[in-house]
Amino acid sequence: MGWQRRILRVNLTEGTCNPEPLNMDWARQYLGQRGLATKYFVEEVDPTVDPLSPDNKLIFATGPLTGTAASTAGRYSVITKGALTGAIACSNSGGYFGAELKNAGWDMIVFEGRAPEPVYLLIEDEEARLLPAGDLWGRSVWETHERIQHDHQDPMLKIAAIGQAGENGVLFACIVNDLHRAAGRSGVGAVMGSKRLKAVAVRGTQGVSVADPRRFLQVTMEKKRILAENAVTGQGLPTYGTQVLMNVVNEIGALPTRNAREVQFEGAPRISGEAMREPRPTDGKPNLITNQACFGCTIACGRVSRIDKTHYVVRNKPQYWKASGGLEYENAWAMGADTGIDDLEAMTYANFICNEQGMDPISFGATLAAAMELYESGAIGKEETGGIDLRFGNAEALTTLVEQTARGEGFGRDLGLGSRRLCEKYGRPELSMTVKGQEFPAYDPRGIQGMGLTYATSNRGACHLRSYTVASEVLGIPEKTDPLVPDGKPALVKAFQDATAVVDSSGLCLFTTFAWSLDDIQPQIDAACEGDWSLENLLAVGERIWNLERQFNLRAGFTGADDRLPERLVSEPARQGPAKGLTNQLDKMLPEYYALRGWDENGVPTAETLQRLGL
Amino acid sequence: MLKALSILPDKCTGCMQCELACSYEHEGVFNPARSRIRVFHFHDEARYVPYTCTQCAEAWCQTACPVEAIQVNPATGAKEVLDNLCVGCKVCTIACPFGTVNYNQATGKVIKCDLCGGDPACARYCPTGAITYVDADLTAYERMRTWAARTDTQAQATA
Amino acid sequence: MRYLIAGAGPAGVVAAETLRRHDHSATIRLFCGEQEPVYSRMAIPYLLSNKIDERGTWLREPGHFETLAVDLVHQRVETVEPDHHTVVLSDGRRETYDRMLIATGARPVSPPVPGLDQPGVHHCWTLADARAIAARARPGSRVVLMGAGFIGCIILEALVLRGVRLTVLEAEDRMVPRMLDATAGAMLRSWCEAKGVAIHTDTRVQAVEPMGAEALAVHCEQGTVFPADLLVVATGVAPNLDPVRNGSGATLRTGRGLQVDSRQQTSAPDVYAAGDVCEAADWYTGEGAVYAIQPVAVEQGRIAALNMCGRPARYAGALPMNVLDTLGLVTVSFGHWSGVAGGDSVRQSDPEHHRYLRLEFDPQGRLVGAIAVGLPGHVGVLRGLIQSGAPLGPWQARLKQAPGRIAEAYVARVAGGG
Repeated sequence: MGWQRRILRVNLTEGTCNPEPLNMDWARQYLGQRGLATKYFVEEVDPTVDPLSPDNKLIFATGPLTGTAASTAGRYSVITKGALTGAIACSNSGGYFGAELKNAGWDMIVFEGRAPEPVYLLIEDEEARLLPAGDLWGRSVWETHERIQHDHQDPMLKIAAIGQAGENGVLFACIVNDLHRAAGRSGVGAVMGSKRLKAVAVRGTQGVSVADPRRFLQVTMEKKRILAENAVTGQGLPTYGTQVLMNVVNEIGALPTRNAREVQFEGAPRISGEAMREPRPTDGKPNLITNQACFGCTIACGRVSRIDKTHYVVRNKPQYWKASGGLEYENAWAMGADTGIDDLEAMTYANFICNEQGMDPISFGATLAAAMELYESGAIGKEETGGIDLRFGNAEALTTLVEQTARGEGFGRDLGLGSRRLCEKYGRPELSMTVKGQEFPAYDPRGIQGMGLTYATSNRGACHLRSYTVASEVLGIPEKTDPLVPDGKPALVKAFQDATAVVDSSGLCLFTTFAWSLDDIQPQIDAACEGDWSLENLLAVGERIWNLERQFNLRAGFTGADDRLPERLVSEPARQGPAKGLTNQLDKMLPEYYALRGWDENGVPTAETLQRLGL
Repeated sequence: MLKALSILPDKCTGCMQCELACSYEHEGVFNPARSRIRVFHFHDEARYVPYTCTQCAEAWCQTACPVEAIQVNPATGAKEVLDNLCVGCKVCTIACPFGTVNYNQATGKVIKCDLCGGDPACARYCPTGAITYVDADLTAYERMRTWAARTDTQAQATA
Repeated sequence: MRYLIAGAGPAGVVAAETLRRHDHSATIRLFCGEQEPVYSRMAIPYLLSNKIDERGTWLREPGHFETLAVDLVHQRVETVEPDHHTVVLSDGRRETYDRMLIATGARPVSPPVPGLDQPGVHHCWTLADARAIAARARPGSRVVLMGAGFIGCIILEALVLRGVRLTVLEAEDRMVPRMLDATAGAMLRSWCEAKGVAIHTDTRVQAVEPMGAEALAVHCEQGTVFPADLLVVATGVAPNLDPVRNGSGATLRTGRGLQVDSRQQTSAPDVYAAGDVCEAADWYTGEGAVYAIQPVAVEQGRIAALNMCGRPARYAGALPMNVLDTLGLVTVSFGHWSGVAGGDSVRQSDPEHHRYLRLEFDPQGRLVGAIAVGLPGHVGVLRGLIQSGAPLGPWQARLKQAPGRIAEAYVARVAGGG
């Protein structure tokens, strides 16, 4: 129970769809979703594979709680070798798609090979088939969604798709489901595009069962109460979304600004969660219409926005006048503070385009920010940008280039490489704010020390969602630590990394951990799944997953030397705010972290560690 | 006093907990496709509308039933399907103008909201108060208010 | 006050119950022309397929009418005499009324084919018919079903489930021509054929002759002969007007059925009619129509009763609606599914999956008719959309793009959601 015990293997080269029983031995060791799919992936794929070659695989995986009534239990993840990073990629998404896939009777889908012609996968409960997508190719996620629902006359079909970005090989292309929920990072959409897989459409009506229903209902109800009564999950997130953080992080001097040249943005109040709720002077309506929940979520942090019809960017584009996914904190940071732009409507438009065409707004915004610094430093000029005045703060550059990037046109082609390749191309690699090729997000490690270690050691490249120490260092969850000192952070990072791996493997949303500890999550998993799901076992599962991912990366060619931050963060002190004068103390934290992990000084797990974890 | 479900779409976030609760209560499995309540998502208008049987006074389903398989539970006022009598003729599914009686192919019977015998799971699981189970008089009031609000938004919706 | 109700089908029963709800002291007499408990013809197919026993066909629990203090009388009303406020019963007695309801329903009609009056030929209308069919429709029996109309299709499934070898003969060019268009009819046909049922359309029966001791030979106009152990005739029904035709004196106005006004009153004072017997205004055109369906019958029964006991109520008009489950394929139709002048329409067809949806709009942008095959749920909203007369506004264009979004359209335009 919990699992459907069935996976779908789709060979795109051959055009076949075959069911297989889920490997329950692995399920007991890796739980589901992120962990279990990574196990499948590592067992089946050569780590040195070119991410865009047919030999790479792409796995859509749900967790044992996905589709149940536990709060937030609608998640799925996409596991592959990342196009942007060359590292193991695991991108997690909400919306309704994951629960629908589970309801159709599948724990995961493994895609192999490359289709000779564009296709999409249609799943109607146990029936799965590949259908030609020739007339969908070249279309946006939104058009694809509408077309597939129309062609099958089923408005209940849930759809995950790539847009033009994924087709055009934009290296940070993502996979978008339910129009504006995304498996966002590491270029999983580019891998999908390389396989000529346009979309996955699912209708599931079979239902999901749990091992001990009575206990499950009781414990999930009790835990929902904790979410409702918590200030962050009960009030902050529903009211402001993740955008609740914009002013907070700016205050503490950890808001990377203008490609992380600065750590505070004077325009932050104009692009914050609070600003999204303010009536606009033009039409008297706020940018934000309402909040929205994903499947089963009792937090409902999602933003739904409507762009000001009179704004230059949509004045003649009525198709963008309707409500759609609004700015989340990371997106608002990347396309706002990091680019020095404070035009909320232009940013919302760019966000719509990222959703519509399937691009990760963090990587896109951060890459644009790097390009702006290249431009301002003279490394590139208008010849390269196609005449665009790429100064920091230029909102029109944002709205023009977001379209060009998705379509692979003009300077957008360069931006589609991601910031590391872009900066290398123009001879200024140090201007790329990336780790392992992935752009870091909205927390400056000079002002939040733990995030430096988080970015440096994240298995999928720089990311906040692998060990969100912001919770402790800024919000005091589970207890307050000083963001300005490195002490104690290695243990914090390790603990968060392992716990996060469990959450990401369960079907639950990481945002629950603002209110829940693993102690709250464990009994929900235990009631849903047969077998031993004690806290000790879950912690071991989390650590096992982390080390499995690490091993894949080491075999893929990464070394300890890749656990490094951009030079700016460790050598250019913060210019203002509480962290003024500080750099990130990664060098102090990393050796201690390796030791805590049971890795040698090169960051390689020792034989003893591997044995302890059964790897 | 009889109670009734009160539904306030403005408070709905589209989380589907009601559908999960309903399907579990009636089918023992989490399966929105088997829920007696359904949340309609009007994406472009950013509106989520939970929708189920209002236990209407006309009781089209009940009167249309050829074998008296739909009867009123006197304790709750709910029109309930008696599985042992239902022959699966589906006349109620076309007679109910609200579309809230549905045929279940698996059992060969129709299914509809029965207010869970007086403790509706959808209301219990709704995290935002969009669905509540309250004195029937109150819902008449709320319904009027919703109706009034709707006349205001109608112009916008069609614009 | 003394109410008489002729006919104990759904219209009569609902009328009796409605009268009692509003008039606690009146005498209410409900006349049932068959020597059976009050039962539902709709349930007969399920009896034939052994899904239920005879008790399962009963329209109400035993004792129901005693509890309501409604006199259930097993006598047929032979004649209505409006001039005298009397009726004549099958045993010759007369009874008086203050107000009465004619709810004598419909009866099957046979085409003028020689040989339909011999053993082995049955309608499928009454419990007695059902018992006779059950006796002959055994596993392996050769059964010919004459007529693939609505009733034919309802019993088609029951016959297949009994394990007979079934041949269906339909005079018109498709199955259920009054409920389905050519596309839907073809889908239903291919579905039935895939389940092993032989379907012959455009096939008229010319004569039926005995063949040996027990069997029949069904001769068709084309010259084909189908041997049969049982011939079931389901070639349509017509209003049972006997009680108003038998009488003398003032005659009640009839057309194709007993004509009523919007209060369900006939041309005679104090005489009302409801159900399959009457011809009432179509909800859209206002013209007289006989739809002979359960939802219309019960609604008319209710409206008639309300007016009979002094609570003015008007019938909004009869909306045709039908649902068929033929061996697992569910088809429905509502209203003017063939469209209205100056209207607009959308059709979405997926023959591979036996799915079809046809929507018809009128020039004012309202839904006026629909056919659906294999529609998964919320079918009733089609009735809601049609009967509410709600202008669809922007939803007409959306439905033309994606007709499957009818439930959303209903919630948005009628239920106050969107």
